[in-house]
Formats: sequence, C-alpha cells, structure tokens
Amino acid sequence: MADACVIRTETLTRDFATVLSVRGFRKVYGNFVAVDNISFEVQRGEIFGLLGPNGAGKTSTLECLEGLRRFDGGALNVLNVAPDREPRKLRNLIGVQLQTSGLPATMRVDEAMRFFCAYHDVAPRYDLLERLGLKEKQHSQFRELSTGQQRRLGLALAVAHNPPVVILDEPTAGLDVGSRVELHSLMHELKAGGATILLATHDMAEAEKMADRVAILLRGAVVATGTPRELTAAGSGLTKISVRTDLSVLHHNSAAFPGAQQHLVKEEYAVYYSTDPGPTVTALLGYIAAQNDKLIDLRVERPSLEERFLEITDPGVAQ
Amino acid sequence: MTAFAQHFAFEFKTGLRNPNLFFINYLFPLGFYAMMGLVMTQINPGFTETMVPAMVVFAIMASTILGLPSPLVESREAGIYRSFKINGVPALSILAIPVMTTIFHVLITSTLIVLTGPALFKGIAPVHWGSFALVALVTAFACGAIGALIGVISANSQATVLWSQLIFLPSMLIGGLMLPLSLLPKAILPFSALLPTSHAMQAFLGLAYDQPTTLNPFVSLGVLLAGGALAFGLAIYLFNWDSRNQTRQGHPLMALLALAPFVVSIFLK
Repeated sequence: MADACVIRTETLTRDFATVLSVRGFRKVYGNFVAVDNISFEVQRGEIFGLLGPNGAGKTSTLECLEGLRRFDGGALNVLNVAPDREPRKLRNLIGVQLQTSGLPATMRVDEAMRFFCAYHDVAPRYDLLERLGLKEKQHSQFRELSTGQQRRLGLALAVAHNPPVVILDEPTAGLDVGSRVELHSLMHELKAGGATILLATHDMAEAEKMADRVAILLRGAVVATGTPRELTAAGSGLTKISVRTDLSVLHHNSAAFPGAQQHLVKEEYAVYYSTDPGPTVTALLGYIAAQNDKLIDLRVERPSLEERFLEITDPGVAQ
Repeated sequence: MTAFAQHFAFEFKTGLRNPNLFFINYLFPLGFYAMMGLVMTQINPGFTETMVPAMVVFAIMASTILGLPSPLVESREAGIYRSFKINGVPALSILAIPVMTTIFHVLITSTLIVLTGPALFKGIAPVHWGSFALVALVTAFACGAIGALIGVISANSQATVLWSQLIFLPSMLIGGLMLPLSLLPKAILPFSALLPTSHAMQAFLGLAYDQPTTLNPFVSLGVLLAGGALAFGLAIYLFNWDSRNQTRQGHPLMALLALAPFVVSIFLK
C-alpha cells in the first residue's frame, strides 16, 4: 500500500477505539425475524470474523451496516456514522466486497477501476489490478472473467479508495490457492495500514487463520464471541484421535478406551474424541496389536474452530 | 475525468458494445427506415411527406421505449445497483446518464435519417432545421424518461416487454407514424393524444415543416416536455436499489401519473 494511503486510513480511525458497533440490532422480513437483538463491537485495526451457517443473519447484518437495508431495532455505528441515516458519509469510510460482484457485463476491468475511483474522488489504483493478477485482463469485459477473477476485481475495487473499514463477504469463495494466499496477504497489509476488516466467511480455516476475534451467529443470535483460541478452548476440550488400520478392527469395536468420550467412523478412519489423549492412544495401540491388525495412520489433533463451530451450530454433527 | 464523464463514457460505449443495444439503437431503426423508404414510398407516395420525421420518431421509440428499460431491470436484478450504491453512485446518475446516452445514440441515427432521407427516398427535408432538432431532442427526452420509468417499475425483464409494447404498438398504429392523425377516425383521436408519438409528429409537422396539424404543435411540445419531466421525476422517486425489488417507496401504479399531461392534452386541442 502506498504510504500516503496508510497515513490516510490511520488518520481517519485514530480517534476511534471502537470502529464499528452493533447494539441490540434487529432485522425482520415480514413475519420472519432474521436477526434478533445482537450486539458486538469491532476494534480499530482488528480483523473480525462473522461466522454462521446459511440463514444465520450474517448478510442481513452486513447489508444494514453497508447502508443497503433499513433495520427494525437497535443501533449501528461505523466510525460515528449511522449507516441508515448518513449513507453519503458512509461511502468513503467503507469498502465492500459483495458476495456476488455486481458489475455491468460489458464494463472492462480498467474501466471499472476508473469508474469507481472517480466516484470516490481518488486516482485509479491500477497497481491493485497487477497485485491481484488482473493486469493481463485489464482490457477484458467483466462477463469474460472467471468467477475467481470477478471476485478479485471486486476486492480491488473495495479497497481502491483506501477505506478505513473493509467489509468482505465470503472473499475467498471460488478462489484458487494462489489467489487466496494473495488475498490473505493483502488483508494483512490493510490491517497493518490501520484498516479494520469485518470478514463474513464460511471458511473456518480462514477465520481461524485471519481473524483476531470472531462472532458466531446462529438463527439470528450471537451464540459465541471471542478469539478463535478462546472459542476452541471454551468447547468440550476433547482431542480428536483418528486411526486407520489395515483390517479396520476399530470400525465395529464397542470397547471403551480410557478418556474416549465419543466414537465415530469417518471414511477409512475410526475417530475418537478424548479428554485424555495419552492413555487413549496407548490403549488403542494395544487393542490394534492384540487384534493382529496393522496401524496405517494415527493422527492426534487439537479441536479446530471448525469443530467448535459445528459443536455450537449443530451439536448432532459434532458428536 | 470526473465521475459524470466516466459514467457517461461507459454508458455510451455500452450502447455500442452490447449487441442487443447496438441492434435496437442502430440496426433495427435504420433497417426499418431503409425498408420503409424502399417499400412504403412505392405503395403510398404521400408517405414521403412525413417519412423523415416518422422514421426519426420510430428511431427514438426503438432506442428509448424498447431499448432502455430492459438493461435497467437486468442491472437491478444482477445486483449492479447495490454495488453502485455502496460506491456512492447516486440514483440520479443511474437513471439520467443512460437516458442521456440513449438520446445521444438516437441523435446519431436521427441525423443519418434526416440527411439521407431526401437523397435516398425523396423524403421531405425540414423547413426549419433548428425546430426539427428541438422537437427531436424533446421527443427523445420524453420517450427516454418514459423508458426509464418502465425500467424502474417493471418487476422483471418480461414485464418490460409488456409495458414497452403497450406503448410501442399503439404508437405504430394510431400515433401518426404510418397514418397522419387527420386520417384517423375522430373517436380514435383521444387515444392518439395519450401517445408521445402523436405529439411528436404534430410538433414536427407544425414547427419544423409548417404543415397544418390536428393538435396545436406548441401544446404538443409542452405535453412532451411536461410528460418527460413528470416521468423522469416519478422514475427517480420509484427507483429501487434492491436486486429483489423489495424496498421501493411508492406503488408502481403511481407511474400512471406520467400520463397526466397527455390526458390534459385531450381537452386542450
């Protein structure tokens, strides 16, 4: 990022410790309550993950924060601007990558950069196109781009005016590994430049890797908030032990192993969740040897954010 | 370049890049003009007297009433307006700039018609070129505003076709394009007065050709201006950013208010 841009972002946000706040927010569609009385705050320079299954209320929350929808209760605040009452002030404060990049089909890549930068009254950021691998495509029309290229263009346009708050809705969906890495790197740079990022994602690995804090939404309510480490630690605390053997003797075994609380079969692996992994592994290895089976693979893993997420949003799946 | 200039340049190029828009802006009206010049002037030699303004009005109708609404609906459905809103593109620009660029395309085809009509098909050239240009501009504005209003109120692309044809087909039949209003039965005239083409033809004939008219050409010009301004105001008021078309203020039937100047004109003749 250009130095001038970094300075500008920091200048805009330095007076605010809390950049974005959602208090008692409620959104109703007809008789359906999409979001009911949720509250959370995002601090300056933070990457905040908004997680939840489809229909949890993530997009409704984001759309109201972006000033695209009116809401039915509570208060939203972005850098001291109320999105519903001061949409014009909001425009240069936020950069938004929508889930579907809505651009005219015949608009060229470089044209889109000039077009949106002109409306934000900043110089076009062609360097971002190069950075996100779109330089070769700068004369292509939007309809000629792949899904991944369209999403990268959406991201470039979202951050081209150096907004202090960046809202990303499923930014890496449909991206290849290289583009995903580049996007994560860009997010880190934006953060280093003082930007605050609100990231809605289904990708738990991405949230765990990128987010400083996350909130998990379920059926329109916030059911958990904290750092990814705090959330995983706050779970049942079970360690996952996956075992694959030649004869699969563990697949139909009902024997109890020390510390093992849950047992399931996932593809070729017998999976155990244990409160005390050492004795569990020792007992498992002994059992396999006693059954004249041969160990092929053994994995002991800390619970991930994904498992914690499943535990919260769908306990049946987690168990 | 300013945001307005960027937006205008993009929308103008879209009229050339998009095959559907290029067809409706250029190929369809100029093809129809060539066909009418070759065939209609043989069947009805009297047609040469009104051919040039009639084909100009036809070109205006094609680009604005038929061509303008669908891209507006498709853009809304594709979520393009949501992107625009987030990035500070005002609703006024979203509606006004496509109307202006469409008028620009129409002026190009109109110029081709008015310059070639007399030479190619013995069409009559205007007596007053300035008045001709003024009436063409006002007609394009009125029809462009109506096209924008159709795009705003239509629930989907299919609905735009219905609304557009509701204006386009009667205009062809009783709007003074193929037959002068003076030849229509009197009972039909009130219905003709509801159509922008009738007023456009009357204004062209009265102000640019010094020919007798059924309606007062100045009234017709005023009706087009007032109707266009009202239609555009209503389009802005009823405009909806939402791709699901759920957040519009006002009922779509309010669009019928744009007919008010045309209804009044029935009693002014």
